[in-house]
Amino acid sequence: MKIIEILGTGCPKCKQTTAVVEKAVEELGLNDVSIEKVEDIMKILEYSVMSTPTVVINGEIKIKGRVPSVTELKELLKQ
Amino acid sequence: MFDWVQQFADWLVYQQFVLSEEEHLAQALNFFFYDSIKILLLLIVVIFFMGIVNSYFPVEKVRNFLSRNKLYGAEYFIASAFGVVTPFCSCSSVPLFIGFVRGGIPLGVTFSFLITSPLVNEVAIGLFIGLFGIKTTIIYVISGVLLGMTAGIILSKFKLERFLTPWVKNVLANSQKESEAFEVEQTPLFQRLPIIWAEVLKILKGVIPYVIIGIAIGGLMHGYIPAGFFEQYMNEDNPFAVPIVTIFAIPMYSNASGILPVVQVLVSKGIPLGTAIAFMMGVVGLSIPEAMLLKKVMSLKLIGIFFGVVTLCIIISGYIFNIIL
Repeated sequence: MKIIEILGTGCPKCKQTTAVVEKAVEELGLNDVSIEKVEDIMKILEYSVMSTPTVVINGEIKIKGRVPSVTELKELLKQ
Repeated sequence: MFDWVQQFADWLVYQQFVLSEEEHLAQALNFFFYDSIKILLLLIVVIFFMGIVNSYFPVEKVRNFLSRNKLYGAEYFIASAFGVVTPFCSCSSVPLFIGFVRGGIPLGVTFSFLITSPLVNEVAIGLFIGLFGIKTTIIYVISGVLLGMTAGIILSKFKLERFLTPWVKNVLANSQKESEAFEVEQTPLFQRLPIIWAEVLKILKGVIPYVIIGIAIGGLMHGYIPAGFFEQYMNEDNPFAVPIVTIFAIPMYSNASGILPVVQVLVSKGIPLGTAIAFMMGVVGLSIPEAMLLKKVMSLKLIGIFFGVVTLCIIISGYIFNIIL
């Protein structure tokens, strides 16, 4: 089971990131994942990140402050 | 350096399209191709270079540095200077603000960073070099840093902590010096390059349509408006020109990359450079969407003071430019 969280305050870049995550998950055919958009600023702060969008996989910050590519994300999800 | 681009534009317009150099249309097209190619190349170089610099100085590192060291006033300069190399997305402004507050960094210093970061960014620098040349770009960058510092220092005198929203005051009360060591980037530079390059392409994709439209409008104006046309309205003797254009510029955020090429033509047709720079700083530095986001952490009064002080500093630098340039 993988929990993917996307931290962001709802800006265009955060939406793009969500789309990338969904595409990567679909292309890998993963069923065992939950994708969660975290828009609450208090929750974002718990990870003490200062730039969004941020992608968190199983509680670990993987991508910070930029929109990742689908290939990059697939690599991260395979680990 | 860009002679070959000019030669290409000449060849394309005068020989391939078979247009006479005398025609307005030919002049406009020539200007359009020359400027588009030149600016595209410059944007690629500047964004890529800034991406590399930034990969060594991410914002967390800046925050920890400011939080840990006693800097005796130099912190305003450092925060402002780091703002230049840190790309700024207005959607990150809230987490960024809180991150600074949490690290015990004074509000004035945080403002210095928040002002310079959008004001002097990689896209603005690339466009500036292409449109106004190196010398004006350097003046713009230096004055951007000075403006961030000055506004930060002025804002620190207001004791603004009382205007923060209650939950931010709470964060402030629990602030502490950052002790967590910054996780040093272990990936060697050449492995990071593809990621930086992908960012370059993404940023370009976002601004190119605006830049092209801006240059197209600029090209038309360049060919059709007679030189000196604007001088009668916005010359250096008109004392209200600077404040009027600055205030007019604040709501125009999203099209900054499209506005710059137009402004360049205005300057070539007689608008003083200081007035034009004040206008551009207003466009790039302050934006309504940013103000809306900041409402989560600041009271409206504080946002008003923040915008007011920055606007005032922009207007003053506009006047100074008009005197010295």
